[in-house]
Amino acid sequence: MAIFILVAVIYWIRLFQLQIVDERYTLDAQSNAIRHKVQYPSRGLILDRNGQILVYNEAVYDLMVVPGQVDVDEMDWGKLARLLEIDSAGTKERYRKARSYSRYAPSVFEKQISKEVYGRLQEYMYQFPGFYVQSRSLRRYPKPVAAHVLGDVGEVSSEEIIQNPHYKPGDYIGKSGLEKYYEEVLRGKKGVKVVMVDVLNREKGSYKEGAYDSLAQQGEPLYTTLDADLQAYAEELMQGKRGSVVAIEPSTGEVLALVSAPTYDPNLLVGRVRSQNYGALIGDPQKPLFNRALMSYYPPGSIFKLPQALIALQEGVINPNTGFECDKTLIGCHDHPDAKSVTEGIRMSCNPYFYQVFKRVIQQGKVSNIFEDSRIGLNRWDEYMRSFGLGKRLAIDLLDVKGGYIPDTGFYDRFYGYKRWAFSTIYSLSIGQGEVSLVPVQMANLAAIMANRGYYVTPHLVKAVGEENAGLQTDTSRHYTMVAKKYFEPVVQGMYEAVHLPKGTARRAEIPDIVVCGKTGTSENPHGDDHAVFIGFAPMDDPQIAVSVFLENSGFGGVWAAPLGSLLIEKYLKGAVARGDLERQVREFTIFERDAEGNIIGPPAH
Amino acid sequence: MGTIGKTLKNMDKPLLLVYLLLVVAGWFNIYSVVYEPESMTGFSLATRYGKQLVFIGFALLMAVFVMIADLRVFTQFAYLYYGIGILLLLAVLVVGAEISGAKSWIKLGPLSMQPSEFAKVATCLAFAKYVSEPALNMKRPRTQLIAALWFLIPMLLILMQPDAGSALVFLAFVLPLYREGMSGWVLVTGLVAVALFVAALLVNRYVLIGFISLVSAFLVWRNKRTLKNIVLGILLFLTCSLYTLGVEYAFNHLSPHQQTRINVLLGKEQDIHGAGYNVNQSKIAIGSGGVWGKGYLQGTQTKLNFVPEQSTDFIFCTVGEEWGWAGCTFFLGTYLFLLLRLIRLAERQKSPYARVYGYGVAGIFFLHLFVNVGMTIGLLPVIGIPLPFFSYGGSSLWAFTLLLFIFIKMDARQRSL
Repeated sequence: MAIFILVAVIYWIRLFQLQIVDERYTLDAQSNAIRHKVQYPSRGLILDRNGQILVYNEAVYDLMVVPGQVDVDEMDWGKLARLLEIDSAGTKERYRKARSYSRYAPSVFEKQISKEVYGRLQEYMYQFPGFYVQSRSLRRYPKPVAAHVLGDVGEVSSEEIIQNPHYKPGDYIGKSGLEKYYEEVLRGKKGVKVVMVDVLNREKGSYKEGAYDSLAQQGEPLYTTLDADLQAYAEELMQGKRGSVVAIEPSTGEVLALVSAPTYDPNLLVGRVRSQNYGALIGDPQKPLFNRALMSYYPPGSIFKLPQALIALQEGVINPNTGFECDKTLIGCHDHPDAKSVTEGIRMSCNPYFYQVFKRVIQQGKVSNIFEDSRIGLNRWDEYMRSFGLGKRLAIDLLDVKGGYIPDTGFYDRFYGYKRWAFSTIYSLSIGQGEVSLVPVQMANLAAIMANRGYYVTPHLVKAVGEENAGLQTDTSRHYTMVAKKYFEPVVQGMYEAVHLPKGTARRAEIPDIVVCGKTGTSENPHGDDHAVFIGFAPMDDPQIAVSVFLENSGFGGVWAAPLGSLLIEKYLKGAVARGDLERQVREFTIFERDAEGNIIGPPAH
Repeated sequence: MGTIGKTLKNMDKPLLLVYLLLVVAGWFNIYSVVYEPESMTGFSLATRYGKQLVFIGFALLMAVFVMIADLRVFTQFAYLYYGIGILLLLAVLVVGAEISGAKSWIKLGPLSMQPSEFAKVATCLAFAKYVSEPALNMKRPRTQLIAALWFLIPMLLILMQPDAGSALVFLAFVLPLYREGMSGWVLVTGLVAVALFVAALLVNRYVLIGFISLVSAFLVWRNKRTLKNIVLGILLFLTCSLYTLGVEYAFNHLSPHQQTRINVLLGKEQDIHGAGYNVNQSKIAIGSGGVWGKGYLQGTQTKLNFVPEQSTDFIFCTVGEEWGWAGCTFFLGTYLFLLLRLIRLAERQKSPYARVYGYGVAGIFFLHLFVNVGMTIGLLPVIGIPLPFFSYGGSSLWAFTLLLFIFIKMDARQRSL
């Protein structure tokens, strides 16, 4: 009898220990039977300014395997391999790998199966116990355009997980472009579904009737400022060229098109082909992944004469009717009559004219020491230039934007020594050569400033986020330059004449019925052929579009850059291009080598 | 009719109530195991809880039959039943259906039965009949040995199936044997044998033999240091040492999976996915119950098949998970009450037959409870043995019902006299 009581008491104490003292078993039980299944939201759509879809999501399927449920010996592995279109020898190996990871937890057996393969596979799924399909979504681009703007999406890296605990291994994250900049609004909100699972990992329905479930919230759509048609047209025209095109709506700062050439099809960086293509793009000597529009430093060339003229007018060192002789002993120039006004100086892009203009700005004679005087002048000039959005980053809503370079006194002091330099040392700045450089988006912004006669709105690519517009990070205020509006008139007039009057340098940008203002430039390149530049806007009195065109190694700006810019203006303002011949010529122009049939076969051998 | 009415009136009500309580609780418990919130399509006889309800129905019919029938139907033909039981146990070795490695079942068309369950009842009756023969002197070891043969023979046959769990139950008859005069030394020897068995597997052999020699020397030193005692001490030392070495040798010749099972039990190996899986899952299920449990039908571990053999051998997990420590306390209390009540009634029997039989029944129930619950809470090795009235299955339920009600009948009849 005593033994009965003894055993009962021992068991009673043991149960006390198991059920009350020891917490471990309660915790184990939770992870045993309850699974928190993450519900992945679909990423927000990206649309152009007219509602055209630029990026949408396509369902793909991951084939998952729970090794413990697989009937290894009975299953037809060859059939599975055929259905998946993979090498049959590898299937068992994949299974073994998954099994060594865990017998009970699911592993990915085959990533991102296409819809077609999934359709075929689905019919036979019952023959493969232990396998199931999990849907995921991938980015798709109906028009393969704007790769640099849109950016790409990839699996989070371990560093990104450490930085932000929101992400778990296998999650997707925006890696570049708008996908990265607007990651937090695009990604949406993950949901969770609490389900009970049995010992073989089979789901047995929702836990507590879904009391703890939360729905996944789809990412907010991004309404961009891009005009998909214009973007596509610009990319088309930029084929066979290297450089950049940026088009802005001047009054709002909305970017209509942003092209870096050569570009690539954004669909290449999606899904199973991503890593392979990424490697190929990284290795391409033409650097297609590099966003020249935001990151490439170029000497601006003659378009720099626009701010030079404006600063001089504002400083009062010249007036609109100031004329200078085209004295080629000061600085080289092409043959043209002497410019008798600022307007004519711009129209003919006279180098000696701007040599004199810049000299007056830098050496105003405020002090007698010429070195001291130049320091004062350059400091003042610097402030002006920065008010044009130059020499500093424009806060565009893409992360990898560069600021270009406007030299300051500190730079020359370091380079030549304090009071060891004067105007004569830095005169090449007058025509946009030397130590100055701009990135293409700053050039387009300069065109917008000219169109607005004195201010710019920071260029941006997104005008609305979702329905409530939460998370929009755009500055839409006007940034005024230090130059008064009235001084813009003669300079803008010069841009008009450059396009529409004889001896203008941008004559090839002329469009019937549209009053175009433009300025060409030739950016001297010590490493090879000169780069061609054009900035412009139209219509003159009610500007709708401002463009910058930068063509690497393409010679004089008036030859190809100006007509290319004008084609974009025509396309945007009229919806179609009437100048077929010009369009064909621009299309055919390339800096790359062609084969006998006219296909571009490679970069020039310079 | 008069005698029947009297018998019913004199039935031990507490035992009857406990029986009914356990059977009903057992059924609800099985219902909970089978219950799946997603896919319950109404009551069905095809499910385990449906079948169990039928089994319970038969069990109750059996109980009524026992109460109505003449007790001599059971006592008079005890040896005959025993003979049939032995024959069935022999038969099952030849024609038995093999289920998970053991030939324990005889299938006759749609019916299947477990001869070991029948043999349990028959042995209990026959053993009690033999031990209570007035001519026997139960103080004599020889008589005790012959009496022990009554349960050692079926035990051996069941071991040959092999079904260690069911065989183990027959050790229950040591309890009436002890009550009727078996020396306590036998029990002590048995316990020492078990202790040395465990120690042989856990402790280094040289340390162990050294320890045995110290204990032997101590015993000799404490008693009179006669030559006889010294020789006995040396014999004790030799026997124990050879025994431990034998255990070690035998262990090394077991199949690897059996070694693993034993090692896991002894805590020498952690193998929660292999041999220790059942026990670990069972402990998780019970442990997750907490003080008050998760509530009826709310268990997550036991319902989702984490614990194997859920409705049979590991049914206690559901009790632990859904009713918590409070429920387990009640459960253990109820069983303890049943056991103590059986002993109490056995002691008040005037007929030695009924007394021995009562002790046998109590021993059988105790062994089932001891081994089954001990296994689920990780104190004993995994031995497949049902928990009376709780585990799913007809054979065992009927056997327990018969055992219990024959005793209730014996008691009631005595009180009616």
